[in-house]
Amino acid sequence: MAANLERQRHIVDFTVASLLRRKGKNGALLAVYTVIVFLLASVIFFTHALKQEAARVLKDGPEIIVQRTLMGRYSPIPRSYADDIREIGGVQSVRPRLWGYYYDGSFLANYTLMVPDEAPPPGEIVLGSGISRLREAFPGDIVGFTGFDGRPQSYRVQGLLPEESQLVAADLILLAESDYRQLSGIPADQATDLVLTVRNRKELATIAEKIVKLHPDTRPIIRSEILRTYDALFSWRSGVVTVLFTIAALAFVIFAWDKATGLSAEERKEIGVLKAVGWESSDVLLLKFWEGLLVSLTAFLLGTALAYLHVFAGTFWLFAPVLKGWSTLYPEFRLTPFIHFGQLEVIFLLTVVPYIVTTIVPSWRVATIDPDMVLR
Amino acid sequence: MIRAQGISKTFNAGRPNEFRALQDVSVELPFGRTTILKGPSGSGKTTLLGIIGCMARPTTGRIYLGEREITSLPERFLTGIRRQTFGFIFQQFNLIKGLTVLENVMIPAYPLGEKHGLLRQRALDTLELFDLGRKAGAKVDWLSGGEAQRVAIARALINDPLVVIADEPTAHLDSRLSTEFMAIMRRLKGEGKTIILASHDPIVYDSDLGDLLIEMRDGRIVRGGERP
Ligand SMILES: Nc1ncnc2c1ncn2[C@@H]1O[C@H](COP(=O)(O)OP(=O)(O)OP(=O)(O)O)[C@@H](O)[C@H]1O
Ligand SMILES: [Mg+2]
Repeated sequence: MAANLERQRHIVDFTVASLLRRKGKNGALLAVYTVIVFLLASVIFFTHALKQEAARVLKDGPEIIVQRTLMGRYSPIPRSYADDIREIGGVQSVRPRLWGYYYDGSFLANYTLMVPDEAPPPGEIVLGSGISRLREAFPGDIVGFTGFDGRPQSYRVQGLLPEESQLVAADLILLAESDYRQLSGIPADQATDLVLTVRNRKELATIAEKIVKLHPDTRPIIRSEILRTYDALFSWRSGVVTVLFTIAALAFVIFAWDKATGLSAEERKEIGVLKAVGWESSDVLLLKFWEGLLVSLTAFLLGTALAYLHVFAGTFWLFAPVLKGWSTLYPEFRLTPFIHFGQLEVIFLLTVVPYIVTTIVPSWRVATIDPDMVLR
Repeated sequence: MIRAQGISKTFNAGRPNEFRALQDVSVELPFGRTTILKGPSGSGKTTLLGIIGCMARPTTGRIYLGEREITSLPERFLTGIRRQTFGFIFQQFNLIKGLTVLENVMIPAYPLGEKHGLLRQRALDTLELFDLGRKAGAKVDWLSGGEAQRVAIARALINDPLVVIADEPTAHLDSRLSTEFMAIMRRLKGEGKTIILASHDPIVYDSDLGDLLIEMRDGRIVRGGERP
């Protein structure tokens, strides 16, 4: 038992030393492999996270959001639009929202301002934990901002938002409507956008049509439309499967190619030498197994870690085109980290296992040949 | 003793390029003695060494190691015998490039699962015997021919084999290094090792080290026996 452990250790040592000899080749292999895992993991993480996010939107998001556009760009919407829209049959409620971004030049940070339903009294604000930490502002303190007109505004911190709440909590500032207008300069008769609820969901499309007819400078965004877009793009049945298997197939082709050409005359000779000096076929297989495991596990860990950062901490630049529109829908769109063991399993099965197999299979043939090839 | 009985080896049997490298070869190599195989190029020396050293199987015939018939043993056992009983010094040395001298010497012992520290020490001690202590950490790629051969010898000895086999050991050495090699073999013989050398170099086959001289030609033994 102890001897077997020691044997494993020797063979792992040998494997590592052996891999390090061809730093260039193995490094390139590892890089390509990591990229493949990264792509695969990014797709999987991203789709799952989107589904989560979508589920949340479905649960408590508004059914229609109406924005106003000016030459294709977002612009504040007149409150009077709300009254007109409320008259459309089937519309249950219309509520103007007030929110926006604030760039804090002295701290180089972006905040999200929002006037919630239950806003703090004028002169007081509620801070997200991130801002509180950044500006060292705690309940009772006075914090200052610069208004749109350059005039300083100061508020008393009424309280802090709980750490865990929602995706935007950290950089959020809640404030009273009057304070918001003073700071932003948005006149009293305008709002950021409108959110609607409807009586009958089947009428959403008709209502959206009517809104555009009534005010051609608006853009209604239907919740289910967003969801359907994501579904179409990312459902397991359509997009993802194709992407997944294209990538997996690509991985296979690359590694099959590498392995077919990879057992060079030199490598064959080396295996012959190992056998000639007394390694059994099983020792050689073990060597190849460790080689495959070390390379693919490293690529797996690196690739998934990078994918995690890319999807949850980064800007998911890879999927940016898919996300057009979200940035104006939400104050900030950042996916909630969500990893399911099953996802990792899928990635593992699609990458690590085939690699180990393609590493071992060709050497198995070599491992069974007579070692006398190295005599000449 | 090691006994080869009626050994034939046919390469590419049944194909147009069929070639009989050994034909009905029978030899007896006593333990503790030194046997030298002599013969022109292509006469089958390497082929015979490979079969005796359990690296290849004969097409017909049997090999006995002591009382044990080993030709028919399954691969696993043959590997075990190769590892424990024979230390092979190849004509081309066959060191594994890119690895250090020390690693190369330790390789034959890896499957045995000896404690790493002990094995390492043993390998260092063996290298010291051949004046290679300073080179332990060096990559084998940069060794001189003589050094490479001494590493190959150290590797052949790491599992403390009963029999040391060397194929054309002086092929890549000048006469000074060849003489040095013979001195090492003499030392090993003194320690009781059985030694089998194949060579067409007079420094080897004219040496008084050999107890038996076997001459081969075209896959057959043409003369053989005790040296006068
Ligand atoms: N795998 C093989 N397939 C075909 N022919 C082979 C094979 N191995 C050896 N031979 C042939 O067998 C003959 C004997 O070869 P071997 O290497 O045993 O000769 P040798 O006596 O060692 O020669 P040298 O002194 O040149 O090393 C040669 O003619 C060689 O071409
Ligand atoms: Mg030869």
